[in-house]
Amino acid sequence: MSNTPVNTLSDTQAIREVLAAHGRLSVDALTLDDDSDLYSAGLTSLATVGIMLALEERFDIEFPESKLSRVTFRSVATIAEAVADLAG
Amino acid sequence: MSTPVIDVIEEPALDCEALLRQVHAIGKDVLAVHAAAVDRDARFPAESIAALCEAKLLSAYVPVEYGGMGLNITQIARICEALGHYCGSTAMIYAMHCIQVACVVHHAQGALYFRNYLRRLVSEQRLMASATTEIGTGGDLRSSICAIEVNGDQFTLTKKAPVISYGEAADDILVTCRRAPDAPASEQVQVLVRRGEFTAEPLSTWDTMGFRGTCSSGFTLTATGDSAQILPTPFNDILSQTMHPYSHIVWGALWSGIAGDAVNRARAFVRAEARKTPGETPLSAIRLAEVDQVLQEMRHNVQSLTREYQELLESDQPELFHGFGFSIRTNNLKISCSQRIVEIVGGALLICGISGYRNDTKFSLSRHLRDSYGAALMVNNDRITKLNATMLLAHKEGH
Repeated sequence: MSNTPVNTLSDTQAIREVLAAHGRLSVDALTLDDDSDLYSAGLTSLATVGIMLALEERFDIEFPESKLSRVTFRSVATIAEAVADLAG
Repeated sequence: MSTPVIDVIEEPALDCEALLRQVHAIGKDVLAVHAAAVDRDARFPAESIAALCEAKLLSAYVPVEYGGMGLNITQIARICEALGHYCGSTAMIYAMHCIQVACVVHHAQGALYFRNYLRRLVSEQRLMASATTEIGTGGDLRSSICAIEVNGDQFTLTKKAPVISYGEAADDILVTCRRAPDAPASEQVQVLVRRGEFTAEPLSTWDTMGFRGTCSSGFTLTATGDSAQILPTPFNDILSQTMHPYSHIVWGALWSGIAGDAVNRARAFVRAEARKTPGETPLSAIRLAEVDQVLQEMRHNVQSLTREYQELLESDQPELFHGFGFSIRTNNLKISCSQRIVEIVGGALLICGISGYRNDTKFSLSRHLRDSYGAALMVNNDRITKLNATMLLAHKEGH
């Protein structure tokens, strides 16, 4: 477990696709910067449920309760970090 | 004789039990006297609210440093329950006012404008209302169509609100809206609009089954004011940390009061029956024992979540509100209380029989029953259950 896998470009692209499908954002998720604040883009805590479920399906992972926070879903980069963590 | 080093002025500790006795006295002498007329005419309970102002109860939740009573949520809930015994509409107006006060106390004390506002609220006993829902958003508090427009230090705002409870009697209204004309629907702020700085053009009337005195008509609200009147915390945080839990606690508490009075009427009826046959427990007493048990469950449910909320507030760790668990439990409290009140009042009606069904006896339960059916509808239980269903998909740990 010492080497946490680094996200690939295709992973962050997949995260953007999940955000586009389930994030109910007011901007185009596919062109978002990795560090753009998703909450400023209209993300609500309720919408994170759909995102979480889609990410779990896509990456075959399971989010523990502790990861379901505003910190995790703040940006594409923070989601990618959580996904890498959980897949590791 | 020693000289004190520091000149400490000790405020006498507030005696909550004495205050509750005073609330009950106001309830008996004022609320109960006008409750039938308020209900019949669907009019604002002006006498009752005036009595609460006179007792300085409108600033009960305002911290002592601004001149308020500095009560906590547990004590406010007990006042709401006490008021619910005498007039459901007055209790609901008081509860809603306290929710708005709590939004300012919890989320705006950092701003000079709102510190001054709290002092005015104490000295003038200003009544606060709320305009959260909006025509076109389908009852979703977390999205707004209207946006505040700030020019220099002045703002303008127009909102089509399907419901503003006691909007015509309120001194100030907290209005939710988008933060700016180019902000997404979910990026909301709450703005204090003051009487004299807003106009309210009626959109609908309020001729309902129950809670008739809350006068919750719809209005197109057009307001101007100083940009300092915008609460300095995003509405999302105000909703999750204050408005949502505080509402369901004070509502559950006042519904317990309405249910409690229904049980009291049933108890008086059973006792009158028992006096006719001393030594023999009347059949209706069995049913009284049943509703009494449900009332206890309802009250304990309110008290339990109130305790959890007060501990969360005192922990001063706002991130604890971000998990779904507390939100789900808060919703469960609302759903449960709104069902229990109907069950209890319905049970009390069976006990009182035709005397409860009539409008002209001291056992009449018509107003209680009509009020009780509103509980499931104000923020519809189906909407809340669906939210819980969604959150439970992510909430993996047990309670």
